[in-house]
Amino acid sequence: MNFDDTPTEAAFRAEARAWIAANAPREHEADLRASPFGRVALRNTDIIAASKTWQKKKADAGWACLHWPKEYGGRGASPIERVIWGQEEGVFGKLSGLFIIGHGMCGPTVMAFASEEHKHKRLPPLASGEEIWCQLFSEPAGGSDLAGLRTRAEKSGGEWVINGQKIWTSGAHHSDWGLLIARTDPEVAKHKGLTMFFLDMKSPGVEIRPIKQANGQAEFNEVYFTDVRIPDHQRLGKVGDGWNVSLTTLMNERLSIGASMPTGFPELFDLCERLDADGRPAIENRHVRAKLANWATKSNGLKFTGYRAMSALSRGERPGPENSIGKLVAGSTMQDIAQFALELEGPMGALRRTPGIDETGLFVAMLLRSPATRIEGGTDEILRNIIAERVLGLPADIRLDKDVPFDKIPTKGR
Amino acid sequence: MNFDFSDEQKQLRDEARRFLSENCTPKEVRAVLEGKAKYDAKIWKGLADLGLLGIAIPEEFGGAGAGRLELCVVAEELGRALAPVPYSSTVYLASELLMLAGSDAQKKHWLPKIAAGEAIGTLALVEAVGDATPKSIQATVSGGKLTGRKTLVPEGEIADFAIVVAREKAGDDARGVGLYIVDMKGAGVSAKSVETVDPSRNHAEVAFSGAPADPLGQVGEGWSCVDKVLDRAAVLVAFEQIGGADRALEMGRDYALDRMAFGRPIGSFQAVKHMLADMYVAATLARSNAYYGAWALSTDAGELAEAAANARVSATQAYQLCAKNNTQVHGGMGFTWEFDCHLYYRRSNLLALSLGSLTMWENRLIDEMRKRNAAA
Repeated sequence: MNFDDTPTEAAFRAEARAWIAANAPREHEADLRASPFGRVALRNTDIIAASKTWQKKKADAGWACLHWPKEYGGRGASPIERVIWGQEEGVFGKLSGLFIIGHGMCGPTVMAFASEEHKHKRLPPLASGEEIWCQLFSEPAGGSDLAGLRTRAEKSGGEWVINGQKIWTSGAHHSDWGLLIARTDPEVAKHKGLTMFFLDMKSPGVEIRPIKQANGQAEFNEVYFTDVRIPDHQRLGKVGDGWNVSLTTLMNERLSIGASMPTGFPELFDLCERLDADGRPAIENRHVRAKLANWATKSNGLKFTGYRAMSALSRGERPGPENSIGKLVAGSTMQDIAQFALELEGPMGALRRTPGIDETGLFVAMLLRSPATRIEGGTDEILRNIIAERVLGLPADIRLDKDVPFDKIPTKGR
Repeated sequence: MNFDFSDEQKQLRDEARRFLSENCTPKEVRAVLEGKAKYDAKIWKGLADLGLLGIAIPEEFGGAGAGRLELCVVAEELGRALAPVPYSSTVYLASELLMLAGSDAQKKHWLPKIAAGEAIGTLALVEAVGDATPKSIQATVSGGKLTGRKTLVPEGEIADFAIVVAREKAGDDARGVGLYIVDMKGAGVSAKSVETVDPSRNHAEVAFSGAPADPLGQVGEGWSCVDKVLDRAAVLVAFEQIGGADRALEMGRDYALDRMAFGRPIGSFQAVKHMLADMYVAATLARSNAYYGAWALSTDAGELAEAAANARVSATQAYQLCAKNNTQVHGGMGFTWEFDCHLYYRRSNLLALSLGSLTMWENRLIDEMRKRNAAA
């Protein structure tokens, strides 16, 4: 049992470290460090431009999309090397947020299902950040029940005509390409009538509207499709096989391990040291300690669970559904921590920024953003189902819409 | 990175599991629980024969000379099987204290006996309600004779020797506190069985009246030795706890798959599935935290105190959650004497108290984290 790299890993780490030291955009370092949670902001520089510049620099030197084959713009690196890169890239990794969906989900799906010609055309500019991709999956009527989606794709000659609406599409407004799942046959059971495509986001009939979120920000969009035409050669997989294709996309999401999700624990610990409670630091209060200890074990437990997953990767094992634990624990822990931090401040905790205590407004931002963490990319409830069914082997839910033609499934609750 | 046990260590775990699944079934646990024996001597002898009592004892003192990681994998299996034997008292506490503070003669005398299964040892610490502190130690040694009362001594009736925490100088701080080896079968010792939340492990109240006491280490250093050994034991008990938590989770899962209600397995109801998923989450985090504790223990890292408290708090919470929810999944049957749910429920609550309360370990965790942050 040790935390040491193997000789190969150590050599890779040294090479990565040297290249980053020589090439990282140091001018953004302070701003990136000061962007503690959620939104990354740079003074004097457009974040999109800065992200693209860093990504292109990495791609030119062979450090982009490490786990992709070289012919598609990657490095052909092992999964553990990808994790090591992430550790070494450190705070500059915050400049990769724009590409996460494209590199982590769209790219691997294109790689698995597109023609050789499309792969050579689309993947290298995706790897280098010259083209940005978004994922058009969720709909107002299909979130956790993704296969309940209603956007239609109808064949017309050599093209497909798309009508409908997607929602919660991150980065749609600066995306060049989109991965789209749509319904091609509403008369068969819901999982069987879906097909996957990719499309040019500048196509006529695509309209993008930002969603004003409950926390006041706008990270996501609604995307409306009105008679949007997609050539049939941009179909991924067979007609009617879209559900299986989407599983490839979602499975790739799980490969993104090693970077544990933030819980706000270190910031809370620091707050409890600084905050006065009856003339002593809050951390000396018995009630505060019990809470902190509980969250410490969660935060540490996530970190060390990540280490175990990395060890498995290092042995060549594939990550599985057990990695659902990360977001499940981090999301609700962050929400609880944010509430407790404000509670410690008393009535002044209600302030968006508490003078002398929380100048950046971190804990209010966490409080207002954390409900989304518990929903996006699989709700807490879906994640518990995944653990129960795929890790523990419990029966799948009984589905009332199983084998029912999609257009006969009830849509009104009452 | 290899944050996992080695293949050899996993083989040792398999070997321990094989032995315990054959020799330590709920029948053996119940025999002790129901008072037919004070511990299972056959299992104890088997563990000695397999060399598992002296794993961490150096070869020169009759042990296997392996490391603490090997001890961790065995601890997990003992916890999983609810082994009704004095392993934690003898191996994690007495043996570790002897190795930490013992003279060459004391080690030569006791360690080979422990490794061979010829001596059961324990730590006699607790005298009063609340977590033990230097102030709570009132047992006194004068002229080599020990007088006082220990209210809850694990394995108190069956131990051959105890390491007793006592003071030579009256007072309430750690300066006068020392450790003393006392022959539990000798003069001036009277042990009376007490009933606990988990009778599958023997506990006694022990009165000492002028019992001959052999000093272990220096007076004044006794308390810090206890502190160090509690850290080590916390990691090892955490492995017992995650072993028990995993077994309780499996029992709940298996029952949820078999038990039918409303025309379907109860494991198909989300209320039940999500309860089991939460048990899995807690058990997984506790396992990862225990692994970090194992690393710190095996390398005697500066982080041991923090890692031990972190493992302990996490494992205590996980085992308590898994054991109580296992009963819940079983419904009414889970509350019968006949079903094994209560064996895990009892053990989870015994282990939660055995090395000090959750509150005490939470405090230790926060104290250690503060020290590390201040040093950074």
